[in-house]
Amino acid sequence: MADDVLAIKGNGHEPSYLEYTGKGKGLKAWITSTDHKRIGILYLVSLLSFYVVGVLFGFLMRLELIAPGRTIMDPQTYNQIFTLHGVIMIFLFVIPGIPAAFGNFFLPILIGAKDVAFPRINLLSWYLFVLGGLLAVLSILLPGGPADTGWTFYIPYSVRSGTNVTYALMAAFVLGFSSILTGLNFVTTVHRLRAPGMSWFKMPLSIWSLYATAWVQVLATPIIGITLLLVAVERWFGVGLFDPALGGDPVLFQHLFWIYSHPAVYIMILPAMGVISEIIPVFARRTIFGYKFIAFSSIGIALFGSLVWAHHMFTVGMSDTAQLVFSLLTFLVAIPSAIKVFNWTATLYKGSIDLAPPLLFALGFIFLFSIGGFTGLFQGTLAVDIQVHDTSFVVAHFHYVMFGGTGFGIFAAMHYWLPKMFGRMYNQKVAKVAFWILFTGFNVLYFPMFIMGWLGMPRRYYDYLPEFHIYHFISTIGSWILITGLIIMFTNLIHSLKKGKIVTEKNIWGGETLEWKVPTPPPLENFEHIPTITEAPYEYKENEEPQMEEVK
Amino acid sequence: MNTEEHTVSHVHRDDIGSRMGMWLFLFTELLLFGGMFFLYSVYRFMNTEAFHIAAKELNTLIGCFNTAILLTSSLTMALSITAIQKDKKGLSIFFQLLTILMAFGFLVNKYFEWTTKFHHGIYPGSDTLLSMDSGEILFFGLYYVMTGLHGLHVIIGAVLIGIMTRLTAKGVITKDSFVKLESAGLYWHLVDIIWIFLFPLFYLIT
Repeated sequence: MADDVLAIKGNGHEPSYLEYTGKGKGLKAWITSTDHKRIGILYLVSLLSFYVVGVLFGFLMRLELIAPGRTIMDPQTYNQIFTLHGVIMIFLFVIPGIPAAFGNFFLPILIGAKDVAFPRINLLSWYLFVLGGLLAVLSILLPGGPADTGWTFYIPYSVRSGTNVTYALMAAFVLGFSSILTGLNFVTTVHRLRAPGMSWFKMPLSIWSLYATAWVQVLATPIIGITLLLVAVERWFGVGLFDPALGGDPVLFQHLFWIYSHPAVYIMILPAMGVISEIIPVFARRTIFGYKFIAFSSIGIALFGSLVWAHHMFTVGMSDTAQLVFSLLTFLVAIPSAIKVFNWTATLYKGSIDLAPPLLFALGFIFLFSIGGFTGLFQGTLAVDIQVHDTSFVVAHFHYVMFGGTGFGIFAAMHYWLPKMFGRMYNQKVAKVAFWILFTGFNVLYFPMFIMGWLGMPRRYYDYLPEFHIYHFISTIGSWILITGLIIMFTNLIHSLKKGKIVTEKNIWGGETLEWKVPTPPPLENFEHIPTITEAPYEYKENEEPQMEEVK
Repeated sequence: MNTEEHTVSHVHRDDIGSRMGMWLFLFTELLLFGGMFFLYSVYRFMNTEAFHIAAKELNTLIGCFNTAILLTSSLTMALSITAIQKDKKGLSIFFQLLTILMAFGFLVNKYFEWTTKFHHGIYPGSDTLLSMDSGEILFFGLYYVMTGLHGLHVIIGAVLIGIMTRLTAKGVITKDSFVKLESAGLYWHLVDIIWIFLFPLFYLIT
């Protein structure tokens, strides 16, 4: 194999990671490769496949809710579909979304390394991801039918339900391990493999957010691992650790569940924030405003985000002191998020803005995430939460954060980095059209949920009162617009991989970070010589005003 | 040479990085058990009396014996690493095998301990257990789950050391490159330290 590489090099051309096939051909060359770039693409393909399934379930759910009463499915199927929608979207798409796909591909390149610290463990994490996905699929196919507990697996129903809850639990358990291994790999990589000269404050901001995310992955995921395992053990052997009939405490399950699952929200959103921090300075042609504030706010979010879990449980019965503390901490976690939003907008101010598709998606992120973030504060307020708890207001809130935030972050990352990864450019006009359709569809779909939730429409309900009909109807129309946008966007991107205009220039968007200094698509080992870093990222010298230079 | 540097066969080695990865992994293991220790403390607080009665069922002597076995096995594990550092391959293999033997001894004891309880009718879902106080059901539930998961870690650890023995025999683990053995050792000490907490919580505090 090494001879082949040398032969190609003899022509003065390093093979790109796409050309070099390693030990096998076709699929085997992909699933046996420990190259972080190939693993990143394996992740991207597999999680987007799950995404399509998740969208399909969401679409069916919305269709059922277009009118009161039965439309296309019975209540049991509806329960199973919203559970599958949640489990697939959260564990198989949003959590691994940016770190496992784009993080794997770009983290080593952005810090000037040839690979991650543990390439084989990296591949193992993908295998675990696929295994987890298979278990989720098995839970759908096996007799008993998919779980109907909601993705939160609340006790005692998850112990009693006759559906394949155990498979869904094991799927989430295995996926947790996959996530831990990715986190462990990234922490070690950032500590050990930064190029010479790249001090902590010369790291690109996406690395800061991936680093903070990785710590949350390592520290929080084991808790959900053991909790879900205990529920499975409870189903297998009848050990009564949570079941109140056997002396257990179901509220304790909720605590343990949210000790992970709330930080998991930050596992989902932080990497997207990192992507936005990369995109904004590139398309504003300005040095990022407040680098250190953004960097530390990532750590701050990871820190505070780990201490707010019980705000999911204000109505289950806790002491007033506990409620007050968790409410306060919930407000505090908004501060670092707000710092990021302010710094991004400040970066745009007086920049020479190029409204290319990646920036468009990034702006969509800021807008939608802000709405999601602010409505989060409503729910952090103890009195208001009593009104909106378990209503579709909450559903709207987390879709604004998870889909409007992380989802649009992933779309932004795809439009920003896919040309670099494959050396092909998509049709930018179509991408912009897709964005506007997506953006419109998104708001039409989710905004009515805020209103009807405020009026008292409970979440996860199969049927509803006639006064909510108009909101549900508008929302379902929105889902059709959104899906149209998704189809246009993905068709455009997938089409570009085969037929798109070939790009060979290194710096496609005029970025200043390291990925734009290596050939397109990147060579097998990323760098011919490991670079030495001398300046901070995002130094747009040519744009600095000349007078300023003279004054100095 | 320049061409050498870029071939795929270029092997990246970073012992500090490997050790760091291992420690991070051990943190995740501690947190995994942490979840259960958390459950234990909450339920103990809620059912002090029942936990007190239930703990009397456990055989402190076997528990003590197993603690002694595991502590000694940690010593032999450490000795095997020191041996390889001093380039004494045979001695290192000897100590590794001794560690595996003690892991096996621990599991045999555990087996007898569990089966005795089964004979007394105390196992999850049994009529005897279900007729007890809910605090006692919780105690035995935690006992089986925690010592069971710990036992699983003992098995994994023993297999891991077995692989290390093979690698030592084949000459992969040497005086200059023993980070794999060191990591396996760290894992074994983790298994040990978790037991050090399990032992007093279940056997000694009555």
